[in-house]
Amino acid sequence: MTDPIAPPRRKDPLKRTRQPTLPPAERSRKAHGLIRPAAEGRFMLPRCGECGTFHYPPREACPACLSFNVKLADAPAGGILASETTIRVPSEVYFRERAPWRAGIVTLDCGPAVIAHLHADCTLGARVTLSLQLDRSGQAVAFAHPATRTPNMADDRQWRELTADPKFRRVLVTDARGPVGLAAVKALKAAGAGTVFAGVPEQWKPFAGEAELRTLEGVSIVPLDVRDDRSVRDLAADIGAKVDILVNTAAHIRPGGVLDRDGLNVVREELETGYLGLARLAQAFGPVMRARGADGVNSAAAWVNILSVYALANLPAYGAWSASQAACLSLGQSLRASFRPGGLKVVNVFTGPLDIEWFQTEPPPKVAPAALARAVVDALQRGLEDVFVGDVAQDIHARFIADPKALERELAG
Amino acid sequence: MPTCDLSGFAEAIASGEIDVVDLTFTLSPDFPVIVMPPEIGQSAPVRIEEISRYDAAGPAWYWNNLSFGEHTGTHFDAPVHWYTGRDLPNNSVDTLPTRHMIAPAIVIDCTREAVADADFLLTVPFLERWETAYGRIPVGAWVLMRTDWSKKDWRAYSNLGDDGAHTPGPDAAAMQWLVIERDILGFGTETIGTDAGQGGHLDPPYPAHHFLHGNGKYGLQCLTNLDRLPVRGSVLVAAPLKVQRGSGSPLRVLALVPKEVA
Repeated sequence: MTDPIAPPRRKDPLKRTRQPTLPPAERSRKAHGLIRPAAEGRFMLPRCGECGTFHYPPREACPACLSFNVKLADAPAGGILASETTIRVPSEVYFRERAPWRAGIVTLDCGPAVIAHLHADCTLGARVTLSLQLDRSGQAVAFAHPATRTPNMADDRQWRELTADPKFRRVLVTDARGPVGLAAVKALKAAGAGTVFAGVPEQWKPFAGEAELRTLEGVSIVPLDVRDDRSVRDLAADIGAKVDILVNTAAHIRPGGVLDRDGLNVVREELETGYLGLARLAQAFGPVMRARGADGVNSAAAWVNILSVYALANLPAYGAWSASQAACLSLGQSLRASFRPGGLKVVNVFTGPLDIEWFQTEPPPKVAPAALARAVVDALQRGLEDVFVGDVAQDIHARFIADPKALERELAG
Repeated sequence: MPTCDLSGFAEAIASGEIDVVDLTFTLSPDFPVIVMPPEIGQSAPVRIEEISRYDAAGPAWYWNNLSFGEHTGTHFDAPVHWYTGRDLPNNSVDTLPTRHMIAPAIVIDCTREAVADADFLLTVPFLERWETAYGRIPVGAWVLMRTDWSKKDWRAYSNLGDDGAHTPGPDAAAMQWLVIERDILGFGTETIGTDAGQGGHLDPPYPAHHFLHGNGKYGLQCLTNLDRLPVRGSVLVAAPLKVQRGSGSPLRVLALVPKEVA
């Protein structure tokens, strides 16, 4: 069993904050194919289209029949831990700082033998379940979990390196005025987060969830308006070094394309809250978060963007807003690269229409704010970076991967 | 030889014999802005974005980019702001007669009534009682409705309920009376609008806007420090920005108050 992690002590101000280091990032181009399944939490391996053999690590041709017809396919993740070792003096700085480190070879039921990082509760000869994870370099690695749940298994030291578990971490939810923000605050508290800072713009305006938000324990309501430079910078001045996870729930959703509107005010408001809000938050909170990537149990760990799946392909009924979401997606990619030296994850949580006022006329299925919040927590706990919540988002994503041009035409109605 | 003594006036200001009272809130992003239903057009809030502050973006200087709606902060409403004033001559802030930017003011103290009732409406009988006590409201004067609303925190100041804002203002008859019977220059309040928070339910809706602007009169709102003005005898300096075809603008409102009447 795993010893539960203790709540982190306050920092010793006389000690230097450890600088983040990264595990080796070099991979073959073929191996980069595993990044997408790792980001989405799927276990996929290269599989031969001719003979059906799975193999690992990814190669140009099938090792069984030499066919070049190899594609990634969902694979059964069960296997046996065939060997294990504890590396006490690794040569890489990243692992040396974290030594001793356990790794092993897992013989999968579907064939290949895979070198994996090991959960402490994996024992030699026992059944394990593999998952693909993104490490701090943003590369896919295999991680072996015990096949059955063990006590406190989420607190495993090596597992926590690969995730952004909110347990004991301090989280900023940037806009808690709306139902999504309130649901996120509640879900993060339920997942064991430390202080959750709940940003509320324009506190002089009452809002529906206000009474409930004020009663939540361990929640600190802070003034934050992502549309205002000074508001964002002032809050970062106060709590910037205490934000381990940032969940950006600020959104300005309005229907219509640019031809349906008089003038650009609404377009500007969408960009002001969405794109520029994200940019402001990144400038104010990003540098210190990146610098705190190895700051103990509650190191800075993740930046979460809640995006519309129509960032991938425009939904003309919400055409201008979809475009602002595409801008946010692109900036999110930029942030991934910017946060990489700190080892932070940028988690993009894509959703279809939400069950909120601004999608009132959209037909079901719609995503409940609580379901979206659960998906955010799940992504952090499992170390995912691309999450598609609900049937619509999953469907649009699948169609986008298959044929973006066909999807564009289909969404045009 | 000039008939009035401007240098004496300047000396009186310099010596403090005439007090200069600032009736303006600081223009800031935090200050409440009028709230419209979310599906229609909104006023842009006040934003102050730094260009440089003696740094890489400008090593020796500090300056900001400013943006705001015409009706943010302590601001001026020109007749063109309302449909009733759309066809009047010189109805926008850039064509406003400069003479109107300096004018006497009288203060109607409604503090007690506004404390008792956030929806207090100023009526003709109330104004008539005021005139009985202090004399006739002069032609061409600013009429300032004092409520001490400016002393509240922002939430109580905007006082939004699920049926809209609850703030004091004039009723339709009082507004009509001030504009037609007394030919005032304009009407000023401490609240976010010249109209009451629930003014949309009056007949006509928003009577202050309706009658003031339809008759070429002006509005001032989000005033503060009205408690430092005498009932009569002050002069307002209220010059909005010269915005091309502007319907209003944030401005600095100054009151000149002779010491003996303060």
